[in-house]
Amino acid sequence: MSIFVDENTRVIVQGLTGGQGRFHGLRNRDYGTKVVGGVTPGKGGTDVDGVPVFNSVKEAVAATGATASFVVVPPKFAPAAIIEAAEGGITFIVCITEGIPARDEAVTYNRLVEEFPGVRLLGPNCPGIISPGKCNIGITSGDIALAGGPVGIVSRSGTLTYQALHELSAQGIGQTTCVGIGGDPVPGTNFIDCLAAFEADPETKAVMMIGEIGGSEEERAADWIKHNMTKPVVAYVAGVTAPPGRKMGHAGAIISGSKGTAQAKMDALADAGVHVCQNPTEAGAKMVDIVRAM
Amino acid sequence: MDLFEYQGKQYFARYGIAVSPGDVADTVEAAVAVAERVGWPVVVKAQVKVGGRGKAGGVKLAANVKEAREHATNILGLDIKGHVVKRLWIEHASDIKKEYYASFTLDRPNKTHLGMLSAQGGVEIEVVAEENPEAISFLSIDPVRGLDVETARRWVAEAELDDVAREQAAELLVKLYTCYTEGDCDLAEINPLVLTSEDTVHALDAKVTLDENASFRHPEWEAFREGEFEDPREKMAKEKGLNYIGLEGTVGIIANGAGLAMSTLDVVNQVGGTAANFLDIGGGANADVMAAALEVINADPMVKSIFVNIFGGITRVDEVANGVLEALQRVTIAAPIVLRLDGTNAVEGRAILAPHLSDHLITEPTMLDAARRAVSLAN
Repeated sequence: MSIFVDENTRVIVQGLTGGQGRFHGLRNRDYGTKVVGGVTPGKGGTDVDGVPVFNSVKEAVAATGATASFVVVPPKFAPAAIIEAAEGGITFIVCITEGIPARDEAVTYNRLVEEFPGVRLLGPNCPGIISPGKCNIGITSGDIALAGGPVGIVSRSGTLTYQALHELSAQGIGQTTCVGIGGDPVPGTNFIDCLAAFEADPETKAVMMIGEIGGSEEERAADWIKHNMTKPVVAYVAGVTAPPGRKMGHAGAIISGSKGTAQAKMDALADAGVHVCQNPTEAGAKMVDIVRAM
Repeated sequence: MDLFEYQGKQYFARYGIAVSPGDVADTVEAAVAVAERVGWPVVVKAQVKVGGRGKAGGVKLAANVKEAREHATNILGLDIKGHVVKRLWIEHASDIKKEYYASFTLDRPNKTHLGMLSAQGGVEIEVVAEENPEAISFLSIDPVRGLDVETARRWVAEAELDDVAREQAAELLVKLYTCYTEGDCDLAEINPLVLTSEDTVHALDAKVTLDENASFRHPEWEAFREGEFEDPREKMAKEKGLNYIGLEGTVGIIANGAGLAMSTLDVVNQVGGTAANFLDIGGGANADVMAAALEVINADPMVKSIFVNIFGGITRVDEVANGVLEALQRVTIAAPIVLRLDGTNAVEGRAILAPHLSDHLITEPTMLDAARRAVSLAN
């Protein structure tokens, strides 16, 4: 099993006719994902390498039965694209767009919660989601993932997600699903959403969690793990040496005052019984030990 | 982007938030001229992006020309926690009856906006939150619905602002919320918000952080960029479009992705070294980006070795390898470079570099090995 997406997930790409949308959309299709259509206003009736393009999400959903959307449009237009997906009947939206203003993210998130309670947004500013061998929506390179489980991965950082996949795949340990939740201040899906889904998924036996400085999502996840999680969790938190008050790339990765430090997050996770490691390699090795001992 | 106080006040003024009459001055003479214009007494305030100005002697009251001249002379050039004062803000001194606190920021756990209001302003709000949390009135605001004046009226009453201040404060808070949202601030804070002896309410200070992601709809922000970077390395990196933060160590860092870059800093630290910088070259690092990154790091005299940590995803490692070689032809790099290359097309990338390897261009198989090598070269 996998979480959120599987071999039956039918995906449309909003922005398929753009450079990025075409590149990643077709790459996802070539991986085996059911990419059934694209959406670009004014370009309905055309196709991108055989994938039909529609003028609106509504039309695309009616014609293809898609339930998931991959949003690859510039920051100025991404919030409207997300809302259009929800209005069009999509229930799982992946948005990789980097650079959306926090105010727009806050409005978009709350509109989804209030008007479309059944819709899940992953991202923005995330690498996407891959259930190896079944479905890949986003920019993760499929060849670094290994199908068959038993590890679930959830990460706030893009390249560290790849690093985590690589550490496990290189040792022959597969993954059920790898979710990149993204580093922005208002993520649509958070650690707890993914941990709960992994806890409920019978094929996931252990979870690797990659956090980073900023916010309090890791602390909240630690609290949830302490009270709800029965499966082993291995964690790594990036940014132990990050200076306070400086944004480390991601809009969300900032230590403000005494809040959001890597140490505080690691302490909270360790207190919840999580195996906390000092670097991605150590985290990979720890997970390999745990899986092999099962 | 953090604004100076004077920029914050200019930004507030755009949204109709009352501030004391004043202006900036870069010289003693200009400071006196502003003081004459706004009327005595005046406050002479150091413009630095760091807290604790008052305690450091950066905020002084002047009743006449002699005092204004004296304070301006002393404050210009003053070093406040490593920030040298180059500019002053001179404003008419308010006769203060009460000091309040008001701010808006994002409540990340709840994914709403958060207003904070207190009748006990003028001191650090963190201290109030610690010692007397019930003195702060929190307001959770739905980003879709926003803040209306009715809600603001209930809020100022709940915060127990003085009766005479309430209506003015409520209206000011709605304007501050508009400035925070439409003005795309990460933080809009007034401390203190004052009630004067004439029973008027206005902002005596301004602390504003702008959300850089929204700069596409704020051409007016360009005016705020003057003096944005104190660190010449950061200025150079910004001009080259790089995501760079200057640090104090000796190992120059180049990585793709913010998380991997942070992790690289951590690993360098764990094996006994110190990072000279944070530098995320992002996805699709081509020769131009790599050359720019190496140039910025090369310009830092503290750098003794350079650690290039790449995990190819969308970024192809063979392109990175070609980028490094091209960059080395364009720029003479003083420090040895240690590369760790993994991910998409890593085998091809390593093969491209193989004929060029030397004691100045080294590859290592893993992140940890490369960190150890770079640190031993730097120490």
